[in-house]
Amino acid sequence: MPPQSIISRPVYGMLSPQPGREHLFVADAQGAEAILDMAAAAPDGFFAGAQIVYIPRDADPSLAERLKALSPAMFYEGPSVAAAMPRLRQTLATARMGLRVYLAGTEGLIGQAMQAALEAGIDHSSIQTEHRGSLARRVQCVHCKGITEDVTTQPVTCAHCGLLLFVRDHYSRRIAAFQGVCINAEDPSEIPPAEEAFR
Amino acid sequence: MGITFRQETFRDDFSFANSPEHIRRFPFPFHEDSYMYAVNIEPHVAGPKGSVLEHPIDVDEHYVSEMQDRALVLAEDPLRCQSLPHMTLAGWDLLELLMTAKAESYPEHFSLTRDGDRWHWVNRPLGIDDRFTFGDVATLPYGPMEYITRQSQGDFCLLDQRDGNLWMDAGIVTTQADWSLDFDIGMNFFEWHAPVPLAHEKGIFTRALKFLLNVQQGRPARRLNWTMTINPRLDTSPENYHKWGPDRTTVTPENVGHKVHLRVELQSFWRLPRSNGLVFPIRCYLISMDELVTSRKWARRLHRVIRDLPDEIAAYKGLTRYRATLIEWLSAHDDGAPTSPGFGPD
Ligand code: HEM
Repeated sequence: MPPQSIISRPVYGMLSPQPGREHLFVADAQGAEAILDMAAAAPDGFFAGAQIVYIPRDADPSLAERLKALSPAMFYEGPSVAAAMPRLRQTLATARMGLRVYLAGTEGLIGQAMQAALEAGIDHSSIQTEHRGSLARRVQCVHCKGITEDVTTQPVTCAHCGLLLFVRDHYSRRIAAFQGVCINAEDPSEIPPAEEAFR
Repeated sequence: MGITFRQETFRDDFSFANSPEHIRRFPFPFHEDSYMYAVNIEPHVAGPKGSVLEHPIDVDEHYVSEMQDRALVLAEDPLRCQSLPHMTLAGWDLLELLMTAKAESYPEHFSLTRDGDRWHWVNRPLGIDDRFTFGDVATLPYGPMEYITRQSQGDFCLLDQRDGNLWMDAGIVTTQADWSLDFDIGMNFFEWHAPVPLAHEKGIFTRALKFLLNVQQGRPARRLNWTMTINPRLDTSPENYHKWGPDRTTVTPENVGHKVHLRVELQSFWRLPRSNGLVFPIRCYLISMDELVTSRKWARRLHRVIRDLPDEIAAYKGLTRYRATLIEWLSAHDDGAPTSPGFGPD
């Protein structure tokens, strides 16, 4: 679990089967394991009303197979979170009242799917989250506002403007990202080596 | 007698300076020879004539030039002014507060005439003369918050109050001490304060929030905060940190006096009548070290404060790189004599 010392960072929980007929699962990589663990505790027929959106990333391919084996009403496997977002937004926009949402996997996935769900008017209380797998961070460059995905090092080079960024422990739910601030703004000749920090 | 507005800059050639009267009225933030975070909130009641607290909303000799600097920042980066859709009413509340306060305190510079919803606002220093319908956004060139805060010194945060918390759901932020409105918008009181060291552990934010939730209409409160800035630059935003950050490496024993500035924020808290939100004006005052040491007491005290400041706070405020040079320079202005209690110069 990520450290809880960052006050602006959301607190993640554990998925558990919620009452209701319609369930939407969004997961990436090891997030599949959270769904599978939860499935063990779910009542019979639970997945008959479930949709699963899964982005395997570099996870073991057997995870996708095991999710399919839950026989959800709909199963979608996407190549990236970005690619999956438009259809996820559409699913959320047309969702019926009472839809339960379950988000599991990396913080970047949870953050972006949460954002989309809230924008679609889904109530906070009907969304569950569980963090699994990599601690990689989604980082917004405070200077150019571009987002760099899957950041594991400290510092990191902004994928957009190229500034060397210090990844702050300051998280925005609205942007679903941590804040990156130029680490050598005062003296650009100082180039601290990038070290593995968020795995 | 009206205010004589200075024509000056807060960037490039940095021609900003304080007149002798403005040095005397500077809101020096240290009431003793040391500094630690505290819940330093007090009622925002009128202070002595001529002080920055004489009027509820202070307008000073830097007004016109500060408004020009704000316009430049907004033209470069429109994300410095944002308002979530539910905050328009609070924007009207703020417009009313600032127009009435200015017109009442400085009738020679501002006037407001109201005939029901039909308002007539005249801002002589900025050459503005507008008639509009209160509550009708289409009758103003900007949204109400942006319209009036383009005419008001200091940054402004509009807070929505719900679920026992305050939410930063609108604001205009162009003269900030290194924090980003664009990043923080939509956050609650604890979330946007997350980066501050030491204060959470001391329970300061829990107590401060409790106080703020109970601020009553017509009974505003205030506190002072401070940091330091190299060159009299208003826009020390994180957005532009890679542009102003190098200034911190330019401090030498020879130039401390005119490069290093104490930056004081007069922050106030006002309950808004229609929206039940709060407005949080953050008014920034700058003073160079040369100007500051014209008060012996301030010089002695600032030396001791900076020297003994906990390292975490010094780092958070960005002083680390030039702190030693500054302390050395200030020490020449500290003869070790005791200082009198309270904020004012001797
Ligand atoms: C609703 C009103 C307030 C707003 C909008 C506000 C906003 C902020 C922001 C944006 C920061 C910068 C955080 C960062 O580094 O990113 C900050 C810092 C801080 N705030 Fe507040 N604040 C408010 C009220 C208060 C109150 C009542 C206190 C009382 C103790 C307080 C104490 C502090 C302290 C100690 C810092 C660190 C400042 C420094 O060391 O320079 N704030 N505030």
